[in-house]
Amino acid sequence: MAKNREFGNRRLHSLLGVIPIGLFLLEHLVTNYMATKGPESFNSAAHFLESIPFRYFLEIFIIFLPLIYHAVYGIYIAFTAKNNLGRFGFFRNWMFFLQRLSGIITLIFLVWHVWSTRIQAALGTEVDFDMMAEIFSNPFMIAFYLVGVISTIFHFSNGLWSFAVSWGLTVSPKSQKIMTYVTLIVFVLLSYVGVSAIFAFV
Amino acid sequence: MVETKSETKTVRFIITRQDTPDSAPYDEEFELAYRPNMNVISALMEIRRNPVTVQGKHTTAIAWDMNCLEEVCGACSMVINGKPRQSCTALIDQLEQPVRLAPMRTFPVVRDLQVDRSRMFDSLKKVKAWIPIDGTYNLGPGPRMPEKKRQWAYELSKCMTCGVCLEACPNVNSNSDFMGPQPLSQVRLFNAHPTGAMNKAERLNTIMSDGGLANCGNSQNCVQSCPKGIPLTTSIAALNRDTTIQQFRNFFGSDEV
Repeated sequence: MAKNREFGNRRLHSLLGVIPIGLFLLEHLVTNYMATKGPESFNSAAHFLESIPFRYFLEIFIIFLPLIYHAVYGIYIAFTAKNNLGRFGFFRNWMFFLQRLSGIITLIFLVWHVWSTRIQAALGTEVDFDMMAEIFSNPFMIAFYLVGVISTIFHFSNGLWSFAVSWGLTVSPKSQKIMTYVTLIVFVLLSYVGVSAIFAFV
Repeated sequence: MVETKSETKTVRFIITRQDTPDSAPYDEEFELAYRPNMNVISALMEIRRNPVTVQGKHTTAIAWDMNCLEEVCGACSMVINGKPRQSCTALIDQLEQPVRLAPMRTFPVVRDLQVDRSRMFDSLKKVKAWIPIDGTYNLGPGPRMPEKKRQWAYELSKCMTCGVCLEACPNVNSNSDFMGPQPLSQVRLFNAHPTGAMNKAERLNTIMSDGGLANCGNSQNCVQSCPKGIPLTTSIAALNRDTTIQQFRNFFGSDEV
């Protein structure tokens, strides 16, 4: 790696996690939630997304390239740390550990998720309510998706907290504490959205 | 405290020892007669007088660093019952037994409990943690510092380069060249000084290079562990803000220095 790229790489990693990946996650969760309104709503939302102009361009530059960068650099960050929860069991140290753990779980989940949905779609499978209902006919997949979705939402919510610190938005201990509560609420609300979408297919 | 009981009371120590910087560490156990108001250093001195383990083996005296004995120099830091702290203020009455002593392994071990802390002094040189006032002629008095700001800065200046924050940080390790919280907070201190601020951009650009500020992963162990209560994570977040501005200035700004 070229010299003195670290600062820029880290800041890019932090930024991409929120814009565009975090925004895409929000859009995705909202679309999934349409499943709770019945198969027709979900299918029409999915077909709308399939038909948006410049779809491949947007997918590549808004989703896949940022995601690949975030994942590869994130693995590097996660394996650079030597976790020391045994000696320092502070709340933020737990969050530090869980952020890295949830990042790895999310990556494993996403590889499977992209394979079983987007890549299957590219191979000619119709992406609709029935496809997801088919996946969730397997109880193991329900558990896998629950872990994956909650892990993704945790990684996003706690990532928002560290985004705010990394860019110097929350400097004082008080603002950081309030941000902890805000991101906790984000985590709970988005988990509700994500989990209820999963059970809409069951 | 019952005076008569102290005669028979003993204190047990399990001490991680290492003969040379490259040799394997090993544990030795010692038992000492309890004395009131003992601290870890007085116990180590006691062992030095008669270095015999509980098994009766005659061993070498334990090597450790110490200097001020009042928690202002930072030299006697070691890992005591799993927590990095100064051995001079580690009172035996407040410690769970057996008392486990180990060196701060984030630093190269010289011998036994003695570590080489020079990486922190190298970092201070790297970030220019001083105020340049030397010249070929009298530069005259510098700008005044508001009293309130001086009092605030005094808290940051309490850093004694003890190394506890580096030992507590999960991102300061052999996989990374992260300089750790200690020199970063000093950057904030010297950037806050009215004369030191003249070199602010230079210091910020230094901590924006490899091994610098961006390596912080916000575990915030440092601020919880600092024996001087320095607001290390506030310093880091404040520097994050300063470097955000600095990076835009570097990229979009003029060529003005």
